[in-house]
Amino acid sequence: MAQIVIKNLKKQFGDFTAVRESSFTIEDGEFFMLLGPSGCGKTTTLRMIAGLELPTSGEIYLDGEEISQRRPSERDIAFVFQMFALYPHMNVYKNISYPLVSQGMPRSAVREKVTEVAKILGIEDILKRPVGGLSGGDRQRVALGRAIVRQPKAFMMDEPLGALDAEFREHMAEELRALHDRMGATTVYVTHDQLEAMQMGDKIVVMNNAVVEQFGTPQEIYDKPATMFVADFIGSPSMNFLPFHGKVGDGATEVAMQNANFAIPKTREPFEGDLSFGVRPEHIKLSDAAPFRAEVLATEYLGTTQIVTLQTAGGEVKARTSAQQPAKTGDTVGLEFNPATVTLFDRQSGRALRSELNEGVLHG
Amino acid sequence: MAEVVLTNVSKSFGKTVAIDDVSMTIDDGAFVVLLGPTGAGKTTTLRLISGLEKLDAGSVHIGGRDVGSDTPAQRDVAMVFQQYSLYPHLTVRDNLAFPLRSPVLKTPEDQIAKRVAQIAETLQIPHKLDNKATELSGGEMQRVSIGRALVRDPSIYLMDEPLSSLDAKLRADLRVELKRIHAELGSTLLYVTHDQIEAMTMATHVGVLEEGRLVQYGTPKEIYEDPTSVYVASRLGSPRINILPSAIFPGDHKGAQIGLRPESIRHGDGVEATVVRSEHLGDQTRLHLEVSGHAITTLIDPHDDYAANSIINISPQNPLYFDASGARVV
Repeated sequence: MAQIVIKNLKKQFGDFTAVRESSFTIEDGEFFMLLGPSGCGKTTTLRMIAGLELPTSGEIYLDGEEISQRRPSERDIAFVFQMFALYPHMNVYKNISYPLVSQGMPRSAVREKVTEVAKILGIEDILKRPVGGLSGGDRQRVALGRAIVRQPKAFMMDEPLGALDAEFREHMAEELRALHDRMGATTVYVTHDQLEAMQMGDKIVVMNNAVVEQFGTPQEIYDKPATMFVADFIGSPSMNFLPFHGKVGDGATEVAMQNANFAIPKTREPFEGDLSFGVRPEHIKLSDAAPFRAEVLATEYLGTTQIVTLQTAGGEVKARTSAQQPAKTGDTVGLEFNPATVTLFDRQSGRALRSELNEGVLHG
Repeated sequence: MAEVVLTNVSKSFGKTVAIDDVSMTIDDGAFVVLLGPTGAGKTTTLRLISGLEKLDAGSVHIGGRDVGSDTPAQRDVAMVFQQYSLYPHLTVRDNLAFPLRSPVLKTPEDQIAKRVAQIAETLQIPHKLDNKATELSGGEMQRVSIGRALVRDPSIYLMDEPLSSLDAKLRADLRVELKRIHAELGSTLLYVTHDQIEAMTMATHVGVLEEGRLVQYGTPKEIYEDPTSVYVASRLGSPRINILPSAIFPGDHKGAQIGLRPESIRHGDGVEATVVRSEHLGDQTRLHLEVSGHAITTLIDPHDDYAANSIINISPQNPLYFDASGARVV
């Protein structure tokens, strides 16, 4: 059980800055995701929390205690790696019990703990088996067992499902989340898979180029992205951006783009220059009457829904509509954007302009 | 381009039956996707058509001709593999031209140049033609490797999970691109994948394989809306269809098992379900429920929320029925 507070945490490897001053708080019992593309600094952040790297500056508080300079073994944190390393010459029981035995715990207490953990993970019947012959899923469960058996204050997981195939990954993700719900231990989880982050996380930190781009709940980050990077990285297909040059006043409820006016959430700051009009695929409606015209380039059937790729005067967009919606390649249709969901971005900096939609989420 | 017909095809490796009495017609100009999990026989089917494996029984006809005793080269098929294997010391141009320079085809150089330029245009890599293969990104390399198949005009293109090693964004782009290329060239294509999105979005027809048998063959819409078994119904749709004992819902049922897609569950009336957890994926929110010890997943409005352990009432909408063995009951 633990709260983890990260304050102005920074890491440099020589001239290279892996993590720029980052601050966020992981509440007790949260399943917390560090999300971003490779090289964004998420794994380095995780390793600093675990004590595998020392920060260049900044602080890490575990339950109020500053731990950033302590050894890993003094932090009471368990680490689960992407490539689960098991002791190949030991059976499942010995692998799981190893951390306890090495702490000098009495044998009867060890047996009790391992039995309990095996039950939580549903691997009671394979305790005597050598780890060599186990399936990928069981190996993963044993690696988890070895991490949770010590009952540490928090778990650090570095893409633990990265090596698994898609179908099995989904299954293990559900299992991991259910395990977390049963145990309630603070978990920090690194992934580059936005769907995994949305699916499993209570909170998400999105990182890019060593910087925290946004920090919040999955729905918040999806609906109210702070930057174009976040809007693009989260969601599949990702948010559409229509670039235009324009001007909005403080308190405006409309914006002029491609010689037409579009309703937007009331703005909270004036701006003039290069803008992007951001709208998610499911907030675009195909309608014969709408004046903003587009040509259907492709349709992709997905069962209940379909993705329609469209060419507009402002660029290409993707819409997610009901599969019943008639749309054929070559058709010309009108587009309507759900005005309450639109985000305008300063195209130069990538920053979202403040509006009625995102106030409260964005600062600065 | 040509029609490809498989008739009662079987293939075993030792005691393992890889392909079990498969018959299938791939129409001229069709984009057929074979879908199934690892080990279902997808790749073996592809290899039997290409001649990389020999048939145990049955026949393969390409363009009306029995090709059973032909070598792979004589069959006039072009294959794209999962792992792109380009010649690292050659430029993109020479990699693309390589198949046309084969002694079997003996294509004149001016025609090769024309064809390579055309394919590079289609794949949107004309500016990369003089790069070494090693100077490309992963997505570009896979496009070149697809291009190396496309420069030829074979009876059929055979593709074995060509997109699976690429990241999600690039995969989505190439899905649209492959579909466009298929429409442009009017080619016949057989494509193997375990990715249901690829199957649904690209195919004119989907063949679902289960342990070496072809269990259903139809348009993506037919497979999604009218599956013949629990197995087929579970292959398409995300989140996956809920398969439950019919008896947990009141009323008369046509079969022992009821199949409910997450979107075909009505909320507000019916049996009581306990909320386990909600997942906010942005465009949709998945609600995990439990009814009499059975897990059920349904979809709710992205901005609705239910606390764990709260109760909601649900009832089936457009259910699919299956018997105890998993076969569809209509």
